Amino acid sequence: MFVIYCPYCEEHREEEEFHASGQAHLARPLDPDNCTDKEWGDFLYFRKNPRGLHQELWQHTAGCRKFFNITRDTVSYKILETYKVGESPKVNLEDASHG
Amino acid sequence: MIKNALQHQENWQRMWRNPKPKAHYDFIVVGGGGHGLATAYYLAKVHNQSSVAVIEKGWLGGGNTGRNTTIVRSNYLWDEAAHLYEHAMKLWEGLSQDLNYNVMFSQRGVMNLGHNLQDMRDIERRVNANRLNGIDGEVLDAQQCKEIVPIMDCSGSTRYPVLGASWQPRAGVARHDAVAWGYARGADQLGVDIIQQCEVTDILIEDGAAVGVDTRQHGQIKAGRIGCVAAGNSGVLAGMAGFELPIESHPLQAFVSEPIKPILDTVVMSNAVHGYMSQSDKGDLVIGAGIDGYVGYGQRGSYPVIEHTVHAIMELFPIVSRVRMNRQWGGIVDTTPDACPILSATPVENLFFNCGWGTGGFKATPGSGHVFADLLAKGKPNKLAEAFTMFRFYDGALIDEHGAAGVAH
Repeated sequence: MFVIYCPYCEEHREEEEFHASGQAHLARPLDPDNCTDKEWGDFLYFRKNPRGLHQELWQHTAGCRKFFNITRDTVSYKILETYKVGESPKVNLEDASHG
Repeated sequence: MIKNALQHQENWQRMWRNPKPKAHYDFIVVGGGGHGLATAYYLAKVHNQSSVAVIEKGWLGGGNTGRNTTIVRSNYLWDEAAHLYEHAMKLWEGLSQDLNYNVMFSQRGVMNLGHNLQDMRDIERRVNANRLNGIDGEVLDAQQCKEIVPIMDCSGSTRYPVLGASWQPRAGVARHDAVAWGYARGADQLGVDIIQQCEVTDILIEDGAAVGVDTRQHGQIKAGRIGCVAAGNSGVLAGMAGFELPIESHPLQAFVSEPIKPILDTVVMSNAVHGYMSQSDKGDLVIGAGIDGYVGYGQRGSYPVIEHTVHAIMELFPIVSRVRMNRQWGGIVDTTPDACPILSATPVENLFFNCGWGTGGFKATPGSGHVFADLLAKGKPNKLAEAFTMFRFYDGALIDEHGAAGVAH
C-alpha cells in the first residue's frame, strides 16, 4: 500500500484515493498536422518501462482531483518525491540510477 | 519406482541436461518460460534446427509460467486474435501425446459472466464471432449458469446480478509447471541446449544486426538469430538493443486457498466485478485478480486489489466466505495498448520479440511457441503472426481486444 503525499492537499493519503495515469511529462506534438505515423505512434503508444526510477503522472481522484507527478522506484516501490504539474523533479534519474 | 523408493528418491534420472554453452548457435531464445521453451521445441521439431539454445536467468518456468491461474481458452473477438488462440487450443488438445508428458489439460469449460444488458449484448456478439471462426461457444442465461455452477449466487439479489454468460466447453485448465517441464524435456531430447542461471546483460549488435548476447555467467555467446521471450522483462531487453516497445510491465496477482472438497468443476470469470476462480486438482481455489495500475517489477501486488477481488468472489460464491487463503503472489505482465501480443521483427536485424501477452499468455503457450519458431526459422511472419507486428502501433492496425474478448483487465 502506497502512502502518497499530495502536493496540492499537502497531506499523506492512502493509495486508494489516487489513480495512476502512466508516464509523466508526455508532450503532445506541437505541430500535430505534420507528424509522421512514427511520431504519432511514439506519442500515443510507446512508453518508458524502466526497471528502476520512473516519473509518473498520478491523479488524486478521491481528493482534490488534481494531477501531479511522482518519482518512484518500480522495483522497491519507494516514492522519492511528488511534485506539481509544471514543476521540475528534484531527483535526476541519471544520477540516482548510477548512485 | 519401487527401486527409487528404496533409494530415498535420490537417483531419478535428470529430465534434461545441464550443458555448458557453445560459442555459437544458429538460434538463441532468451527466456526459459513456457513460451521460450515451446519456441525452442518447435524450432527443433518442426523446423529441424539442431543448433538452438535457451538462455534463462533463473530456473525454467520460474516467472509467469509458474505464477498464472492456468486458464486455457480461445474465445477472442477479433479474427486475428481468435485464430492465434484457437491455433494454440488445437495444439493443447494433442499436447500431452505430442510431448509424451502429461500436462493435465482438462477441458472443463470456461464461463465468462455478464452482469448487465450491455455485457450480455457483448457476449452474444463475441459468441457469434467465435462460432463464425469455428470456435465453440454458447450463450447461457442465469438458470443455465446455475445448473453448471450450483454454488454461484444467480438469484438476482446481488449488487451485480448474474444475467448470463458465454460458455466455451473446450476451454479449461492445464498444469502450468508440467507445460514448462514437458517442453524442456522434449526440446532437450531434440538437442536444444537449455542454459539455466545465465543472465543476458547485453545484446551484441554489429551494423544494425544482432550477432549474439553477452551474459553475466558465461560471457559472449554468438547467434544467427535471437528471439526474446522474456514477458515482463522484454522492455529491459529492448533497452539493451536500443529501442522501446509499446509495453508497460504491471504486477498481476493471484491467490490460492487452503484445499477443500470439490465444489467447482469449471472456471468462472467475471470482468465486470473483476475476479475469476477455478479449483485445482489438489482442491485449492485458484483466484485471479486484476493488475495494479502502475508500472512495477516487484513480484507482488497491492492490497486494494486483493480486497476488491475478494469482494467480487464472495458476492458470487457466498459459500467460500470463510475459506482461508494460503498464498498470494504477483507476476509481472507485459501489457500492450491493445491487449494483444507482439510477435515481431524489430528495428534490429536478426532480433525478434515475442512479448506483450499481458494477462493471458499461459493459454497461448503452444501456439505462441509454434508461431514464433516459424518466425525465427524463416525470418518473416506467417499468416497467423503477421498482424501481431510491433509496427502496428505506427500504422494503426491495432487488434483491440481490451474488454472485447473477456480480457479481464
